[in-house]
Amino acid sequence: MTTDLIHWLLYGGAMGLIVIGIVGVVTLNNIFRIVLALVIAEAGANLLLVIAGYRFDAIAPILTGSSVNQLMVDPVPQAMVLTSIVIGVGIQALALALVLKVYQNYKTLDIREIHQRLSTDIDSNSGVISLLSSEQPAGERPLPEPSAQNETAQLNQGGDK
Amino acid sequence: MRNVSALVFASGLAFLLLVITWQFVVGGAPMLIGEAILQQGADEVGAANLVTSVVLGYRGIDTLGEIAILFTASTATSLVLSSLSTKSSSNKKESIRDEGTILASSASLFFPLLITLGMYIILHGHLTPGGGFQGGVILAAAFFLPLLAVPGRGVNHSGLALVEGFAGASFIVIGIIALFQGNAFLQPFFSHGEMGSLLSAGTLPLLYTAVGLKVGAELSGLLANLAEIGEIVPESTDLEESSLQTESNGS
Amino acid sequence: MTWVIALMVIIMLAGAITVLFVESHVSAIAATSAVSLALSVLFVILQAPDVAMTEAVVGSGLSTVILALALFRINKNHGKQQSEQNDA
Repeated sequence: MTTDLIHWLLYGGAMGLIVIGIVGVVTLNNIFRIVLALVIAEAGANLLLVIAGYRFDAIAPILTGSSVNQLMVDPVPQAMVLTSIVIGVGIQALALALVLKVYQNYKTLDIREIHQRLSTDIDSNSGVISLLSSEQPAGERPLPEPSAQNETAQLNQGGDK
Repeated sequence: MRNVSALVFASGLAFLLLVITWQFVVGGAPMLIGEAILQQGADEVGAANLVTSVVLGYRGIDTLGEIAILFTASTATSLVLSSLSTKSSSNKKESIRDEGTILASSASLFFPLLITLGMYIILHGHLTPGGGFQGGVILAAAFFLPLLAVPGRGVNHSGLALVEGFAGASFIVIGIIALFQGNAFLQPFFSHGEMGSLLSAGTLPLLYTAVGLKVGAELSGLLANLAEIGEIVPESTDLEESSLQTESNGS
Repeated sequence: MTWVIALMVIIMLAGAITVLFVESHVSAIAATSAVSLALSVLFVILQAPDVAMTEAVVGSGLSTVILALALFRINKNHGKQQSEQNDA
C-alpha cells in the first residue's frame, strides 16, 4: 500500500509538472511567463528521469566503508540528469537575452502583439503582401473614420470604378 | 473559450504522456547497464563516487558535448547582449557608487570563503557528492557577489576568457594524451591509487578541475554581462522620440 | 517518509500553478525558486545526492538570480519610458 502510494505521488508530481509547464508555454501571453513555464517543464522532466532509476530500500551510489553488500540505485540516469540541469540553465540564460532584445525593439512583452508586428515587419521587408496589410480589400475590417483626406480618396476610388 | 480549449489540451497531453510511460514501475528499475557498472566500476575506474565514474569515465564524451553546449549558450548570450545599445561608458562615473560599507566589506570577506568552498567541492568530486559543475557554479557566485555589492566595478572579462579557454583546452588535451597511450579518447589513464584518497581514480580529478574552472569562468562572465548592460536604450527610428530622449537626458 | 514526499509534491504542484496564474512577476520568480527547492529535497529522498546538490545550486541560486536580473532590467527601462511619457 505504501509503495503504491509513493509510486502514484512521485509519478503524478513529475507528470503534473510537465503538463503544467507545456500548457503554460502554449497558453500564456507574456513572454517572461513563457520562459518561467519552460523552466518548470524542464524540472519535471529531470524528476521523471531520476524516478526511472529508483529502487526501494536502496542507498545512494557512493562507495563508503559501510556500503559493501547493499543495494544501490541506478547511477546512469543521475549522470544524465546532472548534464541536463546544467544545459537547462544555459538555455534559460539565452532565452532571457533574447527576451531583452525583443523588448528593446518592440517595447512590449505581449506575444500576440509581438507576433503581429513581427510578421508585418518580416513581410514588408521581404516584399510579400501579408494578410494584415492595408493594401488588401477591406472585407470585414471596419472602414476608417471619414476625414478630409479620406473623403477625397474615396471619391477618387469611386471615380475609378 | 480559451480556458476550455486549454483544459482540453492539458487533459489530452496528460493522457498521451500516461500512455507512453505507463510501463515503468517506480521502484523496480530494470537496471541492465547500471548493474554492471555497480559491480565493476570500483575496479575499472577506481572512484568512490560512482556517478562521477559514469560522468567522466564511462560517458566522457557526453560531458564534452555538454561543455560545448554551455560554451555556445554563453557566447551567444554575450553576443546578443553586447548589441543592445548601452550607455555604459557614460554611466560608469555615476554608477561606481558604494552601496554601504557593510555590504562592500562583507562581499570582499565572502570572496575567499566561496572560492575555498568551490575548489573543495571540485577537488573532492570523485569521493563525495559534488564535482565540477556544482563547484563551478559556486565559483561563479563568488565572482558575482562583489559585483552585486558595488555595481559598476566590473569584472575582468579578458582574464575570465583566458581561464575558460585554457581549462577547456586542457580537458581536450588530456583526452588526446589518452589516445597516445593506446586507450580510447578520454579514458582515465593514471594509476588508480587507493580508493577514497584524494589522489585516486587516475585523471578524474584533473578532468573535473578543468570542467569546474571552465564552467565557473563562463557563468561569471554571463552573469556580469547580464548585470553590466546599463540602460537598455530602445532603438528609436522617429526623430521626435530621439529628441525627447535627449531632452530628458539633458534635464 | 511518505508524508515528506507528499508535502514536497504538493509544494511543487502549488508553485507550478502559481507561476501560471499569479499577476506579479516577482511572485512568479519566487514560486519558480520554491519549485526548485522542493525538487532538490525530493532528489535527496530518492537517494541522488549529486543531483540534489546540482539542482539546489543551479535552481535556487543561479537560475533565480538570472531571472531576477532580467526582470530588473525590463522594469528599469519600463519606468524610464513612463517617466518620459509623463514629462512629454
